[in-house]
Amino acid sequence: MALNKRRFDALIIGAGGAGLNAAIQLANTDARVAVVSKVFPTRSHTVAAQGGVNAALANVLPDNWHWHMFDTVKGSDYLGDQDAIEFMCREAIPTVYELEHNGVPFSRLDDGKIYQRAFGGQSQDFGGAQAARTCAAADRTGHAILHALYQQNVRARTHFFDEYFAIDLIRDDEGAILGALVMEIETGEPLLIEAKATVLATGGCGQVYRTTSNAHINTGDGMAMALRAGIPLMDMEFFQFHPTGIAGRGMLITEGVRGEGGYLVNRDGERFMERYAPNAKDLASRDVVSRAIVTEVKEGRGCGPQADHVLLKVDHLGEEIVSKRLPGIRESGRIFAGVDAAHEPLPVFPTAHYVMGGIPTDPYGRVIVPQGTGEEVVPGLYAAGECACVSVHGANRLGGNSLLDILVFGRAAGLDVIENLQEHKNHRPMNESSVEAAMARLTRWDQKGEGISIRELRDEFRKTMEDHAGVFRTEEIMGEGVEKLKALRDRLPEVRLHDHSKVFNTARVEALELENLFDTGIAIAYSALMRKESRGAHSRPDYPDRDDTNWMKHSLYFREDDRMDYKPVRTKPLTVETFPPKARVY
Amino acid sequence: MAKASLRWQCRRGMLELDFVLERYLDRHYDAADQTEQGLFARLLSAQDPELQLWILNGVTHPDPAFQPLIAKIRGI
Repeated sequence: MALNKRRFDALIIGAGGAGLNAAIQLANTDARVAVVSKVFPTRSHTVAAQGGVNAALANVLPDNWHWHMFDTVKGSDYLGDQDAIEFMCREAIPTVYELEHNGVPFSRLDDGKIYQRAFGGQSQDFGGAQAARTCAAADRTGHAILHALYQQNVRARTHFFDEYFAIDLIRDDEGAILGALVMEIETGEPLLIEAKATVLATGGCGQVYRTTSNAHINTGDGMAMALRAGIPLMDMEFFQFHPTGIAGRGMLITEGVRGEGGYLVNRDGERFMERYAPNAKDLASRDVVSRAIVTEVKEGRGCGPQADHVLLKVDHLGEEIVSKRLPGIRESGRIFAGVDAAHEPLPVFPTAHYVMGGIPTDPYGRVIVPQGTGEEVVPGLYAAGECACVSVHGANRLGGNSLLDILVFGRAAGLDVIENLQEHKNHRPMNESSVEAAMARLTRWDQKGEGISIRELRDEFRKTMEDHAGVFRTEEIMGEGVEKLKALRDRLPEVRLHDHSKVFNTARVEALELENLFDTGIAIAYSALMRKESRGAHSRPDYPDRDDTNWMKHSLYFREDDRMDYKPVRTKPLTVETFPPKARVY
Repeated sequence: MAKASLRWQCRRGMLELDFVLERYLDRHYDAADQTEQGLFARLLSAQDPELQLWILNGVTHPDPAFQPLIAKIRGI
């Protein structure tokens, strides 16, 4: 049967904040825009971002974009590109006002200006007093943004392909991107979408880990598509973990619990944080608490039948205080762990939260790859949001900068596509061999017979990632992990589907997602093994210090031969002086 | 609505909702009567923050007909 085809000026894959903000720029022009999303757009993971968006509006306390830039550079542990960070912090201000005009109901001050709350890592005057920089729409900022942008896109006649799964990018022999092969989940039918420009906005990849706070949809689809198209992933070793997720499930338990007097114990009932951080104890920094928990489990002092977690106690506070001050945590414990925190301790383990790395782009969202001694743009390809790496977060991300990243660079990508379309009025010729390769990825799952189940290999893979590329990173642990992951990857061709039906065959989607998990997870494991220093979220007991002489550079992982390359950090901002690296002390 | 389609509708923007909705689908959906199955399909059409309020935060659904289903989804 002939392959169905559609043509658009621009194709956007992913309908979270980045994708929708790129789409709305384009939809307000004459461009024909398609947005492909595997779930209904307002069910994208942006909806889980409840905190807010940083912008130096100075509505509550004095502020300016240059202070915001300083905090972001410092937070990145000097791995962020200072030109991109300056761009983001300057653009934050018009981006927030544009959202306001697009109908996002930001919380207000009495004088009608947008309310701004203070968050950790925000300072006035380059490291001085606390700043208040985060704009929020009550506690549902992510949803408010998604909802407003979706409505605006519908009004502007953006064409939505809801519940379509992107299989692979299509490219010509020169490496230009021509669109993508996608599959309608309801019917299982493939569709070729040709586009003059394609924007990857598929979000993060937390599902590579067994314990993650990410939704099930976060399987690194765009990152893996880029890898398969020969594009490297940048700085994938930098993954934020939160110390207390519900064990085996991943849902976040806020740090506020320990602030209210909650503490961690091991199987012997020992308050083990006293050994790791005698002063700060349970309120030590995230990486210290995360590593302490994993050390307790590794050394056999974990709790539960599998001895695979520790316990977070709040029951000593008494039922009245738990109900009054920690009602959400009590509900979470009951719903997700079957535990009433007012009477029993909660099982917890570090949970994977946010990936700083991704598809390398410039500040206009254009995907860039090494070429000779420099870099070049991949014609027709853009990336924005968590799947991309501009890089503004470097080795660690500040609170309130993730929504900002997706909005600023989604918008920038959309605006650059508009310019690009002025110069490229015609579609490039289709490349049938690339289409066939993408189709083969889909039809591979038609193979019948006995084999390994998706769940079996996925569970083993995610556990291996957690044990060998998680918070505890030594040469020995990670080296062993890479070998195990490669051995698991060799078993991928043995995986078989038992259900070969076409209609809403979610197992087929999960199979395609499994391949994406492998590609992105192995990128993380390799990049982490190779970086022999501790910086930001990448913490190695065998190389405990930051090494600016040898490692102030970006990692690039290529799928072909699992090859690594590196490129320098861009330390020169656009208009201001460089912030030179300093010890990162808060 | 077919169960396979419902399974995809259980894919949400928040892990918390993924977990409780799929748990209900796997443990209770098949044994539920048609009325409850219909209510579940209708519930899935709500926005994530609404589901969060009713299921995770325990806020009462404006339509009392949904309360027994929501209690089952909460699984407490």
